[in-house]
Amino acid sequence: MIRAGCRKFLGLVPQKNNQAPVLVRLYHERVVDHYNNPRNVGSFDKNDPTVGTGLVGAPACGDVMKLQIKVDEQTGKIVDACFKTFGCGSAIASSSVATEWVKGKQMEEVLTIKNTQIAKHLSLPPVKLHCSMLAEDAIKAAIKDYEAKRGQSGENGAPIEKAADA
Amino acid sequence: MATRLLALKLREICSSSIRGSPTRFPALSTAAAAAARAEPSSPIQLEEYEDTEEGITMKGVKISGRPLYLDVQATSPVDPRVMDAMLPFYLSRYGNPHSRTHLYGWESDLAVEKARTQVAALINASPKEIVFTSGATESNNISVKGLMHFYKDKKRHVITTQTEHKCVLDSCRHLQQEGFEVTYLPVGSDGIIDLDLLRSAIRPDTGLVSVMTVNNEIGVIQPMEEIGQICKERNVPFHTDAAQALGKIPLDVEKMNVSLMSLSGHKIYGPKGVGALYIRRRPRIRVEPQMNGGGQERGIRSGTVPTPLVVGMGAACEVAMKEMEYDDKRISALHRRLLEGINSKLDGVVVNGSSERRYAGNVNLSFAYVEGESLLMGLKEVAVSSGSACTSASLEPSYVLRALGVEEDMAHTSIRYGIGRFTTEAEIDRAVELTVRQVEKLREMSPLYEMVKEGIDIKSIQWAQH
Repeated sequence: MIRAGCRKFLGLVPQKNNQAPVLVRLYHERVVDHYNNPRNVGSFDKNDPTVGTGLVGAPACGDVMKLQIKVDEQTGKIVDACFKTFGCGSAIASSSVATEWVKGKQMEEVLTIKNTQIAKHLSLPPVKLHCSMLAEDAIKAAIKDYEAKRGQSGENGAPIEKAADA
Repeated sequence: MATRLLALKLREICSSSIRGSPTRFPALSTAAAAAARAEPSSPIQLEEYEDTEEGITMKGVKISGRPLYLDVQATSPVDPRVMDAMLPFYLSRYGNPHSRTHLYGWESDLAVEKARTQVAALINASPKEIVFTSGATESNNISVKGLMHFYKDKKRHVITTQTEHKCVLDSCRHLQQEGFEVTYLPVGSDGIIDLDLLRSAIRPDTGLVSVMTVNNEIGVIQPMEEIGQICKERNVPFHTDAAQALGKIPLDVEKMNVSLMSLSGHKIYGPKGVGALYIRRRPRIRVEPQMNGGGQERGIRSGTVPTPLVVGMGAACEVAMKEMEYDDKRISALHRRLLEGINSKLDGVVVNGSSERRYAGNVNLSFAYVEGESLLMGLKEVAVSSGSACTSASLEPSYVLRALGVEEDMAHTSIRYGIGRFTTEAEIDRAVELTVRQVEKLREMSPLYEMVKEGIDIKSIQWAQH
């Protein structure tokens, strides 16, 4: 009996496995997936009054994102979104995720999307966090552009060449 | 009885934990055990690397086989002939070349001296002027810091270029911290330095001019003979980092009037971990050793000379001497094939660096409107390298491309293809095919390409800076 007790004491009884280590691969898998199968790549007509365009970033930094949203005028719901990105794999994935998340949501709701959520979803390493920041800025810029267009709905909404301020 | 069992078990667990095998730590309530429990009880988790019949998976990326190797500037495979030369010195003739008292030492020493002659022959030097080191980085360190420290009373100025290898630039920075002055010469948009600028930069207290022969990123060949002439006139030692040039273009230390030359083993199909330094004897160049010890290698680099590695480097140099011309012809043809293949299918492709004064095996291309890292991500079946920001930890693009004056958006788009002795036409064709496909796909996704197609001038847009 003492022997059994000793055995258990000394851990000879198989113990439950330690918690599995955090998979480093998850970051790459989701990002790689968005990269290989990008969702919602494309363009809407900039001059369409129901479309808001957000263009953020700078080629000098190596990241430019263009996010467009199509809004239903009556309900204020975003019915469609598309993007185009010049940037690394994380940037492409961040903007792709952004377009997926804004679809079918209200404009006010979408403004609450934070870059940290995008970064967590893609498991972005610290050095790539600015990609998710840019995606958040792109969403906000698109909304702002749409609002500006609606404000000018008396005149024909002229396409804005200047990039929206983030 | 129970206590004896307890003691036995404890001893077993202690010894096995020392050996480092994964053991389940017993639930003892001592401080040591608590600390042990806090750390993971399994050995250091190394990246898993699955290699099955369906393909290789590493870092979450799955590819159908090993990638095509087009990164020869980073390192090169060991030539089988070199491997043949090295093996006996690992397995049977394993003596220390500095052991003077027995056959093992004598035969090792003989092999080292033979390798020395082989290396010297490739650069038209005397074997007495070759010192073996651990690589071109060490040779660069000895040249820059060692030489300047030796002449520090009279000479306080160093001239180098903005496109040098990091080890030279870092050594110069170290010298600056010690109080020396360094001039970093700018390069033209083709990557070649301006000889008049060099002439005007030389001062009476200039101790060293350091210009690399072939640049590792863009492959341009500097005008070595002219620079050598200038240095000879002004009586300034001339150091060159010839790691990428050795065995690929003809080198002659007499014609180029070089005082110090850094050489690397693993860029010429030799082993990694070995290099050499050529130090001129007439006129004598003196350096302060960076590695102190038993005075091996004429006191310039102490430490046991690694016989197998050195024999490998010597064999690689001999093979290179025989095959240089043939390799050059083949690689030039493959270079043309690569460029024609890509240019025929894509527009907006820019070659970085001079096209005339260039080593054919280095093709550094910028694809407009496409970012380098995302292109690399799609080129997983081809091993190439990029000069873009995302691949470095900071957001800065490669300093070499910036020195060329490449526009910032183009600097993010560059890819470097390396063509070597073992590259085949089929590999080039496949690389062209994959590149074209990926670039087209990424251009579809690129807002800049869209704007250009619509006729908007990208440079006129005011970007919101971050």
